[in-house]
Amino acid sequence: MLSWLPHIPPTPALFAQLLIGLINGAFYAMLSLGLAVIFGMLNIINFAHGAQYMLGAFCAWFALQFLGLGYWPSLIVAPIVVAAFGIALERLFLRHIYRLDHLYGLLLTFGLALIIEGLFRQQYGSSGQPYSIPSELTGARNLGFMFLPNYRAWVIVASALVCFGTWFLIERTRLGAYLRAATENPALVQAFGINVPRMVTLTYGFGAALAALAGVMAAPIYQVSPLMGSNIIVVVFAVVVIGGMGSIMGAIISGFALGLVEGLTKVFWPEASSTVIFVVMAIVLLVKPAGLFGKAA
Amino acid sequence: MAASMNNTRADAVLPPFWNTVLVAVLLAAAVIAPFFFYPVFLMKALCFALFACAFNLLIGYVGLLSFGHAAFMGSASYITAHTVKVWGLPPELGILAGTAVAALLGTVFGWLAIRRQGIYFAMITLALSQMIYFVALQAKFTGGEDGIQAVPRGHLFGVIDLSHPLTMYYFVLATFLIGFAIIYRTIHSPFGQVLKAIRENEPRAISLGYRTDRYKLLAFILSATLAGLAGSTKSLVFQLASLTDVTWQMSGEVVLMTLIGGLGTVFGPVVGAFITTSMENYLAQYGSWVTVIQGVIFVVCVLTFRRGVVGEIIELARRIKAPSAAAQPMTRPVPGE
Repeated sequence: MLSWLPHIPPTPALFAQLLIGLINGAFYAMLSLGLAVIFGMLNIINFAHGAQYMLGAFCAWFALQFLGLGYWPSLIVAPIVVAAFGIALERLFLRHIYRLDHLYGLLLTFGLALIIEGLFRQQYGSSGQPYSIPSELTGARNLGFMFLPNYRAWVIVASALVCFGTWFLIERTRLGAYLRAATENPALVQAFGINVPRMVTLTYGFGAALAALAGVMAAPIYQVSPLMGSNIIVVVFAVVVIGGMGSIMGAIISGFALGLVEGLTKVFWPEASSTVIFVVMAIVLLVKPAGLFGKAA
Repeated sequence: MAASMNNTRADAVLPPFWNTVLVAVLLAAAVIAPFFFYPVFLMKALCFALFACAFNLLIGYVGLLSFGHAAFMGSASYITAHTVKVWGLPPELGILAGTAVAALLGTVFGWLAIRRQGIYFAMITLALSQMIYFVALQAKFTGGEDGIQAVPRGHLFGVIDLSHPLTMYYFVLATFLIGFAIIYRTIHSPFGQVLKAIRENEPRAISLGYRTDRYKLLAFILSATLAGLAGSTKSLVFQLASLTDVTWQMSGEVVLMTLIGGLGTVFGPVVGAFITTSMENYLAQYGSWVTVIQGVIFVVCVLTFRRGVVGEIIELARRIKAPSAAAQPMTRPVPGE
């Protein structure tokens, strides 16, 4: 009787899964944040976001393989390189389609993602390249109820800081105020003498940099593989639908929360862990179609 | 959305007589084609053409971009393969079962997805279809990474042996024509007119008294069902149902076919499906370069070729007829320009 009920796992296993959930959540949060920032300014859903995340991880790997640059310099270099790449993409391609329907932005960035991932898969196959944890962060500490690997603790803290920093930049600084104003009414902001096209370009670069940063941080945890971006991007889309793209904080909170939900599901019903976020999305659509933090359209 | 995506009225271009001639020529070509081309290639292209036509019904005539149509095609192909192989159903019932499941799935997905519009709609359908992918990956009956192999084609209605390539080809052609006819009738019915009204201006359609959600849902279900029909047929053609058919790459591929051929044109998706399928045929040995080339085509189509092959032809014909009345693509105000 009740054999369908899963056994309650021992506490360390529970916390271990929650930790993994929190780590995944950190990446969901950083990626959905980037998507929300780009969407706010460009009105484009950046399908290439996953590819840019993958590029970040590969930049770190290239830097180590060919330049001997370790993890810490990569944390700075990779986002800059990918941001430059993103800016080039925006100038070359995206700026031509702002006048068109939003869906063309989705299709264009989807095409770009296919190109980038196809090239990397052609070169490196589908298998992953290992990237080791920086020596400063190897090992784990005993918290009494579980072992916490140092690197994972770092990822959670760092991504929370990055998320908070982005929120602060957009919601609490003058630059962020320009940005939000330009989201509301670009023509008016431009009339005040602010270079809106340049802001759009830089915003896209910033979003790409966020994705790349997440990619570098993910490199030691997951392997560096051409498919890592496309695996995560669909989940991040679901996160964005759940959170609603209207708010920066909403993207952050729903990212972390859904990571935790996924971790919990892994404990109690492992088979459902890959689909639980999509189920949550369906429920949210039924209850609050605009998303948990979204404004009704 | 998407007034810019569709500015084509295919039937307005040719006079009725020439329209009939064109259709007759195409039909004749389809009938003699297997004597000149490899039948499996033609069958594959026809299945994808039906898939793309079903997809185009949504994007081209309702203005909804579904990025999850692989879920319908893939699940129908799994169901057909399973019922035919394991339950021993005859092919026609297997196809019916697969199509019915796709219709059911389309009802649920459509019911959820039409709550949002535009890119949200695209993201929701993508996420829901990814759920089907994971289910197909984990469920027992789908065979995981192996898929369901060696599906028997069986005897249609107990008499016609489908294992012969030519017989199978004509069966696939008939299936395609039925699906195509359903779509054609839908587009040109009063129902189709309402769909186009929703595409052009949904608030206005609502204010005219139409319950647009019902129309959108019905169109979604119809599109999912026909995508399922394509998937079911495809699983019998290749005697295989595999994970490939439920991946989001497959959903992207159908978008590509329709985009190349011409969004919102009657024949566009068919042309696009043949172009894409032949391209993949020739490029098969180059591995991931296929993906790269698909990406390049996406970018080129979006930037410079938004009408697609058929759309451009129609536009050209219209310009020859009335040079001054060339349609201007609709635009919307933008940030930063």
